[in-house]
Amino acid sequence: MKYYLLFIVLLTSSNILAQDCNFIFKGEIQDFHNKMPIEAATVYIENLNKYAISDINGKFIITNLCEGKLKVSVSHLSCETKILEINLINNIEQTIYLEHHVEELGIVTVEGKSINNKTSSGQETIIKSTTIDNFSSESLGDVLNQVSGVTSITTGSKIVKPVIGGLHSSRITIINNNVRMEDQEWGIEHAPNIDVNVADNISVIKGSGTLAYSGDAIGGIVVLQPKRIIKKDTLFGKTIAGFQSNGIGYNISSSLFKNFESGWFANGVFGYKQNGDLKSPSYYLNNTGAKIFSASLQSGFTSFEKGFEVYLSYIDNQLGILSSSHIGNTEDLVNAINNEEPYISEDFSYSIIAPRQEASHFLAKTNMFKRFKSFGKVSLQYDYQNSHRFEFDKRVGDDRDKAAVDLKLQTHSLKADVNVDKFDEIKLDFGLSGRFQDNFANPDTGVRRLIPDYKKYDFGIYAIVKKEFNEKLTADFGVRYDLNHIDALKFYRTSRWEERGYDEDFSDIIVEDLGTQLLTNPKLTFHNISVSTGLLYDVDRENSILFNYGLSSRPPNPSEIFSDGLHHSAARIELGDLRIDKEISNRFGFTYKFNNENLSLNLETHYNLINNFIYLQPTGTESTIRGSFPVWEYFQTNANLFGVDATASYKFLNNWNINLNSSYVYGQDSDNDRPIIDMPSFRNTSKLSYSKKEWNNLILSLEHIFVGKQNRYPDNNFDTYIASTDSFVTVDISTPPAAYNLFNFSTETTFSFADKIKLNVMAGINNIFNTKYREYLNRLRYFADDIGRNITLQLKLNY
Amino acid sequence: MKTIFKFLPFLLLTAFIASCSDDDSPAPVNEEEVITTLRITFTPQGGGTQVVFQSQDLDGDGPNAPVVSIVGDLQTGTTYNGAVEVLNELETPAEDITEEVMEEDDEHQFFYTITGGAGPAITYNDSDGDGNPVGLSIILTTGANSTINVLTVTLRHEPDKDASGVSDGDITNAGGETDVEATFNFTVN
Repeated sequence: MKYYLLFIVLLTSSNILAQDCNFIFKGEIQDFHNKMPIEAATVYIENLNKYAISDINGKFIITNLCEGKLKVSVSHLSCETKILEINLINNIEQTIYLEHHVEELGIVTVEGKSINNKTSSGQETIIKSTTIDNFSSESLGDVLNQVSGVTSITTGSKIVKPVIGGLHSSRITIINNNVRMEDQEWGIEHAPNIDVNVADNISVIKGSGTLAYSGDAIGGIVVLQPKRIIKKDTLFGKTIAGFQSNGIGYNISSSLFKNFESGWFANGVFGYKQNGDLKSPSYYLNNTGAKIFSASLQSGFTSFEKGFEVYLSYIDNQLGILSSSHIGNTEDLVNAINNEEPYISEDFSYSIIAPRQEASHFLAKTNMFKRFKSFGKVSLQYDYQNSHRFEFDKRVGDDRDKAAVDLKLQTHSLKADVNVDKFDEIKLDFGLSGRFQDNFANPDTGVRRLIPDYKKYDFGIYAIVKKEFNEKLTADFGVRYDLNHIDALKFYRTSRWEERGYDEDFSDIIVEDLGTQLLTNPKLTFHNISVSTGLLYDVDRENSILFNYGLSSRPPNPSEIFSDGLHHSAARIELGDLRIDKEISNRFGFTYKFNNENLSLNLETHYNLINNFIYLQPTGTESTIRGSFPVWEYFQTNANLFGVDATASYKFLNNWNINLNSSYVYGQDSDNDRPIIDMPSFRNTSKLSYSKKEWNNLILSLEHIFVGKQNRYPDNNFDTYIASTDSFVTVDISTPPAAYNLFNFSTETTFSFADKIKLNVMAGINNIFNTKYREYLNRLRYFADDIGRNITLQLKLNY
Repeated sequence: MKTIFKFLPFLLLTAFIASCSDDDSPAPVNEEEVITTLRITFTPQGGGTQVVFQSQDLDGDGPNAPVVSIVGDLQTGTTYNGAVEVLNELETPAEDITEEVMEEDDEHQFFYTITGGAGPAITYNDSDGDGNPVGLSIILTTGANSTINVLTVTLRHEPDKDASGVSDGDITNAGGETDVEATFNFTVN
């Protein structure tokens, strides 16, 4: 190719030799960010095949040029090549700016993949697209389980919430394409409304990590990133189709990307999955079907200096809730716990009946950025989210098909961020954000509102500075302030209002007295300060250590403040408290990493001291005409959480790899001197894989999962009166289930066809031995066994 | 291209401002289909004084316990016809939920369990389309003198009426979801 070019150049140059050719093209190459001269950059006039190299001052000169058009490419190691077109009619002197910090602009080359870390000193793990693809049919929580120290809490087959370091729900912030997800997922029975197929990579940051998004992520942050836009004329895509034997489920997801060299781009992803009733080893789990549709579109323009993007995404979930988990009163709960098998055990069906959930989430986002010479990047973003949730209970008569919960949460956010990268060793990011939220609880349900109507206003401002002291030592420091204001309109039953003692403390917020109900206007304001700081020290090529500290505070969520009423799925009355204050966490993290050709180790420890930790605790029983119910109230205490997460990966005999992954969390309520509820028990995953590139990238792997019994749990058992036998029994809601072992097998192979077309075939068996087990963090453990054997098949076509 | 960049911030701002409007008071929810009251009216066969058992919980799942009352005295050696009503007294006039139970009688069943005394017994006096009992109409035989009788009335939604013993009024294998549960301490003399 080069010789061919040269030949053409020689031919053409012989033609123009006759002209007057003594023009000069000279100039200076500078760094875009700080205007420092760049040495050893290549200035290449493509159509003349002439070179010049910039000197120590960034200067270059090319002489003996003829009049005419020049196509010049300016390149430098670790810079993006710049193409210029110059119409030469005179001597020219020009300053050319190159971007010298490609790696800091978010392209860290890790094994040929361009994925950027969100933190420099955080305990961060990145899940790559190949792993995400393998979980195409599953939920976000299932994918995140791959990270050591991340488990999940489930209340239904597709209601899977990530647990990081023992913390979940409101304590985890989820960021999708730079947008903070605002979803009604305060309690554990609501899963995040996200389809994993939209993400190219997922970053899991333990602890509050980066303050650019939020200051209230006491547990951790999950960042989903779409595919990076490459400025190149390309059209490519991916289609995944899968089948699961358990639940006779299928899923399809397809994406198409079109990029232009000019910088314009457009892409779309769509997905659909459905499954029917799942099966435990010995019976069907009736009404555990699900239907999930998702789609997203992204388009815009990007160049080094400026760009904009419009992003739309929509997801609709229809989820059945295990029939046998819907109970009427404490006696039903006692019966469910004492029975080996659920009462309702019917044949397989795809149909989803009450109790069920229907949740949709719409997101529209637009952002734009501009880079300024010798300064950095300024970005502006607006996003709108509409989260609509219906919950259908078993109802009678005319209300049979009417939702019992109908909540619409709309969020508008405006965000401005500045990244200053003009300095070599120091990076400065700062920004501010404003958010307005409107929650509407539809009164047409004929059921008292679970969450009241409210308006919420948030304002945040942050600054993060990162300094590289030398090649080995990097430190960062961030600080953030958040203001949250909630303005709610809530109806209280007069009897409840008095029982809570609100008539003494909050009599001034009553707007209207309706006899048996009071309309009140609670207004709550919280000021939160967060700090995040850390050090990363590369001891040598193989060893590195990392230390970080985070101060974060989380204001109580609407369910912790306002809950008041019967919770059917748990057969309990849950009471929030207007007096609940924010939680404050001081978290210390320490990581040791070892990496060489064959062995990699990652040992993470964390200590999280949470003041005013909000938790639910039973306080007694209340009688209603439905029978008696335990009352669970939100309380605050001081909590200590200590955790260790370890990962080891060892390659041997060329084709073999063994991977170990263990985690343990110790959670103690230091005020009451007892364990904290719902802490994941010790677990270990061992995986042995064999891979052979020569055989169409064949990979075989066998996985063993061991989950221990949680021996540290608070005793929340209570006595209840069983009317039908006129006796008292103890309701054992506390004792965790026994330890269990699961074995999974999977194999995959990739066939390459014509240019860039690849077919990946994957098959696997989960829970090979159809083991009966119940998981402590699965709320359905009272009612039924977890799911049994599942045979999966998946085809992935890249084109 | 440039115009887009100039225009975008204003577009965002207007969208943001436009979203912050309306300020109406929310409408109160008057709960539908809520059962506040269970009432059983016992009428002696062949005439006599009626006895009414009632459990009433006007604040639903609020903190106040239901108010249980028995008006009248059950006579020994008497057979009573019992008529069961379930009401929502939060509405005026009270909503009669008995009708809804009757319409969906194959999905509902009342269970009557008497512990303590040896005398009194309750049997079903109605059936749904499948010939299974519903329990809206019952027969109480009081037997001899007794003082420590406890009657538990349970209304189950979607019980398994075909399970063993259920159609005979044994709640043990019924499953389903409890809609009403009331306990009455009564004497027969």
